Amino acid sequence: MARKILTEHINVPGIETFEVYRKQGGYAAVEKALKTLTPDEVVEEAKKSGIRGRGGAGFPMGMKWGFLAKPEGIPRYLVCNADESEPGTFKDHHLMKCLPHLLIEGMIVSSYALGANKSFIYVRGELMYVIRILEKAIAEAKANGFLGKNILGTGYDLELVVQSGGGAYICGEETALLESLEGKRGNPRNKPPFPAVKGLYQSPTVVNNVESIANMPWVINNGGEAYSAIGIGRSTGTKLISASGHIQKPGVYEIELGLGVEEFLNSDEYCGGIRKGHHLKALVAGGSSVPILPAHLIMKTAAGEDRLMSYESLSDGGFATGTMMGSGGFIVFDETACIVRNTWNFSRFYHHESCGQCSPCREGTGWMEKVLHRIEHGHGSMHDIDLLVDISKKIEGNTICPLGDAAAWPVASAVRHFRDEFMWHITHPHEASQPGAVYQGEMALV
Amino acid sequence: MTETSNTVAFTPERLAQVKEIIERYPAGKQKSALLPVLHVAQEQWGWVSSEVMDYVAGLLDILPVEVYEVATFYTMFHLDPVGKHVIEYCRTGPCCLMGGEDVYGHLKQKLGIEAGQTTTDGNFTLKEVECLAACGWGPVFQIREKYYMNLTNEKVDEIIEELSK
Repeated sequence: MARKILTEHINVPGIETFEVYRKQGGYAAVEKALKTLTPDEVVEEAKKSGIRGRGGAGFPMGMKWGFLAKPEGIPRYLVCNADESEPGTFKDHHLMKCLPHLLIEGMIVSSYALGANKSFIYVRGELMYVIRILEKAIAEAKANGFLGKNILGTGYDLELVVQSGGGAYICGEETALLESLEGKRGNPRNKPPFPAVKGLYQSPTVVNNVESIANMPWVINNGGEAYSAIGIGRSTGTKLISASGHIQKPGVYEIELGLGVEEFLNSDEYCGGIRKGHHLKALVAGGSSVPILPAHLIMKTAAGEDRLMSYESLSDGGFATGTMMGSGGFIVFDETACIVRNTWNFSRFYHHESCGQCSPCREGTGWMEKVLHRIEHGHGSMHDIDLLVDISKKIEGNTICPLGDAAAWPVASAVRHFRDEFMWHITHPHEASQPGAVYQGEMALV
Repeated sequence: MTETSNTVAFTPERLAQVKEIIERYPAGKQKSALLPVLHVAQEQWGWVSSEVMDYVAGLLDILPVEVYEVATFYTMFHLDPVGKHVIEYCRTGPCCLMGGEDVYGHLKQKLGIEAGQTTTDGNFTLKEVECLAACGWGPVFQIREKYYMNLTNEKVDEIIEELSK
């Protein structure tokens, strides 16, 4: 069995309770950090660990912590981003539901590191049952002296607040999340100023993903250096992968970064292979917004090397032949999947979720959805294919937040790698618009 | 269907809950309570009417328009009366790969309604939603706080029949 940092005890009965979690060694990191380390030393361990933000951007967490402004007399905030809404991603949902105390323990040591006395966990509102699990766990931690005033007699105070969202993907973008937490519409803010300087209530704020924070107890217990020894190169540690689509065993898996994509897909320890009688057609490796790859670019890079589950290997070849780690939403398509239909579906998602602030995104996502809808339903023209690429280029990089890019990439990559499938929809409109119809021809080669 | 009366007010228990929520935030930042309080309101009335929004604005000491702009931005808030059970059906890619579109067709046929409509007996409202973060267990729909996962036509029949009793 591969090494587990987050999910080692996930199957222990009762692990969602304080008592069982504590018996398994839980909250040791709080004792160690608060009693033996200074906040700066905790930040140092996070830096040494090399852990990169697990929400999708992959920015080094310790470095992000290092940017936090610390003006005298102004409160600082830690906000956990649990607004998990990227299609194909459900790892934080799973982690919070099964191991609420792991997140709370991580929140305590991380808040201590940043000098925050009030921290928030912003959970998407649909997960109200998970919010109730977290609130119960917080009450237990508080009753046992790990939250509240003077934690473990160290003089450190911390209140944890669980905030419910209202059903808006955009609130996963950190400045939109802060707006939402202030009781406003989830419109992303212009940067600078960055949240590290002016975040929640215009105070210095760090926003981190659930999984990033949940790694901190292990980092404190074992040291940042030990963490950085796991994984491969600059992809340190483990990663939760949400596996969905046409595989034998969909679910959430913790992998050591650097595992081969082929092993992840085919091994019985993980996805268990493509469902019986079918074969791999395409893969979205990191959530709906990252470029889709055709089968021949999944197991091997364009240079013929084994493709690995790491930030670097997945992005090898750039967008021409590679993709991104993203949030680890691993969506598998077999030959029964229609790429045009799926791309239309994703475009509808981004159109629906655009906050509407920036016209390239507000209008462009709608145009892409409309064009893809007509191609899928047998009313497209050849010109539409280039039109899609043109629109995607005009959105990409021209918006306040990355939702525009996230909307553009799936469309651009689908056309890049599956152009002949789009062409078939246009040349065979009647056939292509039948329910369940899928192009069976040769995949376009890059 | 749940209708609000002219005198809108939280039950004493919910009012206590709302006060506890407001106290979570720093002094003067009570507007942060808006989303959680709207959820409590929807729990009580089933939907969020403009009277309820005005009432919430008063409780939080903010302008009514500050509530309107938020309630209309976040898709979880129902701005019209809904049936007893609101079925929020995931229509996003990964669920579709697992047969979500076929199961959705079956569900619509079973209920005899389209998205956005309520059954004539007022028992079910159907709403299409985007990804519910349960892609590995799709197809998925949600009713209030409960997730119904790995849906099939047969499972849908059972759920609807159970909730129709």
